[in-house]
Amino acid sequence: MIMGVPEEFGVSEASLKEIVVASDLRSAKLPEGQILAALEQSGYDPDTIFAIKLALEEAMTNAVRHGNKGDPTKKVYVKFAVNPQRVIIMVRDEGPGFSVDAVPDCTRDENLHKTNGRGTMLIRAYMTRVVYAGAGNELWMMKKKDDPGMMD
Amino acid sequence: MDQPSSHLKVRQSDQVTLVEFADRKILEELSIQEIGDELGKLVSAAPGIRILLSFKNVDHLSSAALGMLITLQKKVAEQHGLLKLSDINRQIFEVFKITRLNKVFDIHDSADQAMAGFGRA
Repeated sequence: MIMGVPEEFGVSEASLKEIVVASDLRSAKLPEGQILAALEQSGYDPDTIFAIKLALEEAMTNAVRHGNKGDPTKKVYVKFAVNPQRVIIMVRDEGPGFSVDAVPDCTRDENLHKTNGRGTMLIRAYMTRVVYAGAGNELWMMKKKDDPGMMD
Repeated sequence: MDQPSSHLKVRQSDQVTLVEFADRKILEELSIQEIGDELGKLVSAAPGIRILLSFKNVDHLSSAALGMLITLQKKVAEQHGLLKLSDINRQIFEVFKITRLNKVFDIHDSADQAMAGFGRA
């Protein structure tokens, strides 16, 4: 079941733009171009833009690599809205979903030397609010302006 | 010596291999595999390599890049070499801190400080 925009994100479904991309890393860059252009136009500061760019890249990589397993016949659905107060981004893949709570803590000593498993943590660290919907294959992220989100 | 189609700029100084990235946007998902391969070849060809990776041109990186660096560090260790990172900007350094990878890598503010850290042969 597909979820609409979470109510707590404070924007209407109608305000969201949709982009559908093929499931490969090159195509996955397309939403980034549009979203970054909108951020710059809305006067978002460099740290917030950095945060959104990072979280978006991680979300797209997860959708392509883990969700759609690199299957070029599958799609990644992206919705976004940029307004002066907040940015909302949705990324949905056509995969079976996953449980974000089951992802091991990449900051634990025993996991530090692993080469992967940091994406979901970075998304949570750099965005203001993150909601996984459906089977976990639909990710809604919200970033408030002037919330660089670094843990310090 | 620079290779024109490479993602890396490599030179030698005081028995240390200095590596910079040739392109600002280099540490993005698309390029990571190639960069990892280039760095891997560099390390495999030089047992005991002392390698300094400068992030001077880097203003963005993904978790895939971090994975690539971890793989690189393992390779360097297998070769009984030393890897240092330098010139990491504030935003990128935050990513290292948030992932606690600042504990895993030997990070210096500048290339000069890193060079001093390599000590004498």
